[in-house]
Amino acid sequence: LAKSCPGQETVTLYLRGVALRGRRPRPAPPSTSPPPASTSHPIKQEDNLTETRLVSHSQITRLYSRFTSLDKGENGTLSREDFQRIPELAINPLGDRIINAFFPEGEDQVNFRGFMRILAHFRPIEDNEKKSVAVSEPLNSRTNKLLFAFRLYDLDRDDKISREELLQVLRMMVGVNISDDQLGSIADRTIQEADTNGDNSISFNEFIKVLEKVDVEQKMSIRFLH
Amino acid sequence: MQRCGRVPLWLLGSVLLIRFTSGISAVDRDVQQTRPDSRPEPPSESTPNQSHADHGHGSSAVGGIPVVTFKWHHVETPYQVALWILVAGLAKLVIEANHHVTNVIPESALLICFGFILGGIIWGADKVQTFKLNPTVFFFYLLPQIILDTGYSMPNKLFFGNMGAILVYAVIGTCWNAASLGLSLWGCHQGGAMGDLDIGLLQYLLFGSLIAAVDPVAVIAVFEQVHVNEVLFILVFGESLLNDGVTVVLFNVFDAFVSLGGARINAVEIIKGIISFFVVAFGGSLLGLVFGLLISLLTKVTQKVKIIEPAFVFVLGYLSYLTAEMLSLSSILSITFCGVSCQKYINANMAESSVSTVRYVMKVFANGSETIIFVFLGISAIDTEIWVWNTGFILLTLFFIFVYRIIGVFFLTWILNRYRLVPVEFIDQVIMSYGGLRGAVAYGLATLLNESKIKEKNLMICTTLLVVYFTVILQGITMKPLVNWLKVKKAAVSELTLIEKLQSKVFDHMLVAIEDISGQIGHNYMRDKYFEERWMTRILMKKSVRKSRDCVFKVFHQLNLKDAMSYVAEGERRGSLEFVRNESAFIDFKKKFVDDCSGAMPDITACMSDDYSAIIDQVPSVSLEMHEQNMKGVRETEDINTHHLLQQHLYKGRKQHRHRYSRSHFNVNKDENEVQEIFQRTMRNRLESFKSAKMGVSPPKKISKHTKKDQQQKVILVRQFKTHMGWYFQFPEGDASGFAASDGSHPFPMTYRAGAGIENPAYIPDLDPMAAEIPPWLAEYDAGPVAPSQRAQLRLPWTPSDLGRLAPLRISTRSNDSFAQADAPAAQQKDDEPPTPSKRDGRNM
Repeated sequence: LAKSCPGQETVTLYLRGVALRGRRPRPAPPSTSPPPASTSHPIKQEDNLTETRLVSHSQITRLYSRFTSLDKGENGTLSREDFQRIPELAINPLGDRIINAFFPEGEDQVNFRGFMRILAHFRPIEDNEKKSVAVSEPLNSRTNKLLFAFRLYDLDRDDKISREELLQVLRMMVGVNISDDQLGSIADRTIQEADTNGDNSISFNEFIKVLEKVDVEQKMSIRFLH
Repeated sequence: MQRCGRVPLWLLGSVLLIRFTSGISAVDRDVQQTRPDSRPEPPSESTPNQSHADHGHGSSAVGGIPVVTFKWHHVETPYQVALWILVAGLAKLVIEANHHVTNVIPESALLICFGFILGGIIWGADKVQTFKLNPTVFFFYLLPQIILDTGYSMPNKLFFGNMGAILVYAVIGTCWNAASLGLSLWGCHQGGAMGDLDIGLLQYLLFGSLIAAVDPVAVIAVFEQVHVNEVLFILVFGESLLNDGVTVVLFNVFDAFVSLGGARINAVEIIKGIISFFVVAFGGSLLGLVFGLLISLLTKVTQKVKIIEPAFVFVLGYLSYLTAEMLSLSSILSITFCGVSCQKYINANMAESSVSTVRYVMKVFANGSETIIFVFLGISAIDTEIWVWNTGFILLTLFFIFVYRIIGVFFLTWILNRYRLVPVEFIDQVIMSYGGLRGAVAYGLATLLNESKIKEKNLMICTTLLVVYFTVILQGITMKPLVNWLKVKKAAVSELTLIEKLQSKVFDHMLVAIEDISGQIGHNYMRDKYFEERWMTRILMKKSVRKSRDCVFKVFHQLNLKDAMSYVAEGERRGSLEFVRNESAFIDFKKKFVDDCSGAMPDITACMSDDYSAIIDQVPSVSLEMHEQNMKGVRETEDINTHHLLQQHLYKGRKQHRHRYSRSHFNVNKDENEVQEIFQRTMRNRLESFKSAKMGVSPPKKISKHTKKDQQQKVILVRQFKTHMGWYFQFPEGDASGFAASDGSHPFPMTYRAGAGIENPAYIPDLDPMAAEIPPWLAEYDAGPVAPSQRAQLRLPWTPSDLGRLAPLRISTRSNDSFAQADAPAAQQKDDEPPTPSKRDGRNM
């Protein structure tokens, strides 16, 4: 197991990426200063990838090694093909949607920083974060978690889930032995539940409102390994 | 329902009394039988009864060949055992029948109370407590199956995910409880709080160790009904399971110390004691793992003897317990880990019917002995012999147990929370400390005490019983209100709206996907992915099962089977005229509702649609009242319909293990077909998006688009699909076309035409035998069908000019994808040589 500093690894990654590709402007490598090792509380360690706010040093190391093992092209970025090679995703009904979520609009490569930024949505919310009012809302806040979920539906990015978009997701999620008519009525009904302004689609605010009883913080959190 | 609930309670209560008399009259029965023999002795005592039977037997023997003889002694023991099981079962039946009572008072408490009554009647009849919970019976015949069941139905992922915390609570927490209680009691004794008692420090520590452990039987019985969140449950439950082992080990160590006598204990002995603690605990666990592996190996080869296959599991599990006992290792830990380690492999190895047999029989045994244990705990109380009252000792014990449990939990959690990403919340800690229920293991250990060495054995038994009653009954009853009052996170929230239901499924799938992407399955990722997949699975699972596991082989293997079955089912359904009629009616109703919300009275179609839903979804039909209902009623009905439709047809998350640890319920998720469907659909989507990317067409958004595709595209798709599936499933050519042709029910238009014209040479299915064996994610190249690259679209203009790139695609799909190459860095553009497979093979997966 590589125990070297992830910051260094990241830098070498980016260096290698630049050396190999050299024609694409690379995002700046994350700062190399390692988090203060003396802090006993892993949560309080300020990671160097601050914007992702994934907590500990070792998590970053581990996720980085995962990133490189996914990166079959060895160019420091992941393509859709790299994700699609994960066998479990092929049997996940939402697998491809989630893969797409990793790629910003118009991009088809994602670097480590972007990779971490998506994963950061799934970090559990700490107690001290709830109390302290952060300057910018962290990616793992309830709203951002929900926004991530919302974007899975909202393909055309018009901040509305239309009936068509909902139907698509429903079709992915249910078995084949349910007819299109039935599915359509389910979609209608679902929209009807959430739709308050009567535009026959679900806006993000409506989405938040209709899910306010759901424990999103818990249901959309993963304990990342140290 | 609520109104008539009380009547059955009393009815059943009286039935219970009758039942119980039949139970205890096991002894009395021969009295009645021997009465005709005109023996004038009073039949109130049990010892003369036996002589009655003897006499009766003898007298009948004298009179020649007996037609019927009454041989009570011949069957006495098994008969009593069977009767007790029957009584316990009936008690459980009665208690369960009164659901509104068990909602308030936990079943375990009720069973203990039932035991009180039963014991009182036995006492009244015999004037001596004939039946007691005998430690031999308890540890050899009642406890093993409970522990085996909990191990076997343990939610493995949750358990191993929280293993660290559980071990800390179970080992350190138990030692803390034992030591603090023993020392404090001793201190109070020295201070004179208990009067004159002949108990030394070691005896106090022994007592502390026997009563330290939280009891799994009691904990499950209470927590199962409270439905707290999974993490809290597994913490309390895992702790209770493991600390039983720990407490038995501690008990044995201190017992040895007591036998040794205080004077001869020196540092060496103490160190030996500590070493023996670890040897016993880890040795027991290891032995259990060995037996678990043994079971797994054995079930690999038992497919010829399906009938007795389940028996191996029980026998070997029991043997692991006995072997550990024989080697003086921890038998409880042994059988726990035996169950935990073998569950995955035996479930995969054995036939489906055997697996359900094992599960069911396991539940029967465990539930049965649990019931018997609680009843006997109650009966044991009615015995003047053990009641030695010492206010100071008893009250202080209760107080210290309660207080030190709280201190221990909070302190350990405080330490653990520094290392846990999801900290155990304050409220959860309160529940954990309140959930420190003591149970039958403590009582069993207390009865094991050697009276010659410990003079106050009866006081200890009495205190133990009181602690058990206090915790199980009082804390058990107050647990539920406390959980509600503190608003502890519950396990499952009932989803009220469709979108919540849908969204929680989305969350499930999303989490699974993110876990897969980030490459972790809890904390046991390394074990899971590398060690286990490579070695454990290879050794312990049948080859056929393994294959189907690791590359979705089963999906295709079962497809023909499924097709055949769905044809039969479909044929039957179509054959039923009513189904067809109702289906249309159902849809009509939907349309009608959507079109016309003006409050029209629902007519006959509404009733029919309701019938339909009753047939399909098992919704109780309310069609008779339909006419009296207003539009709101219709809306509700529709809600039910849609909810049930969703409920039935939503794909389950791949990693669902909710409430598998429940003792009295178990669920089997055997929906393999879902995996097939999702897999096919994913592949199809990838094919389509790849194709559209290739053609320069934006991905179609319409869902039923495939019906509008022209035949040529279909053929291409099928070819792609087949090629792709070929990597997974290695099906022969004939099967593939058969599958394609027969899959009429599937929305994917499988219209493979043998010998159809080859429209695009790039889509010639790959006949390379090597390719058939490598699934695409293992393959080192970018397989054609998995490249919906958007960049590829952008670069489209200059791709065709470079024909060299397309060439390998045409020759073999094992080549590099040209788009991936287009993506490749400029430095690599010049050499078109594909990367050598051997170089990358090692890195993959």
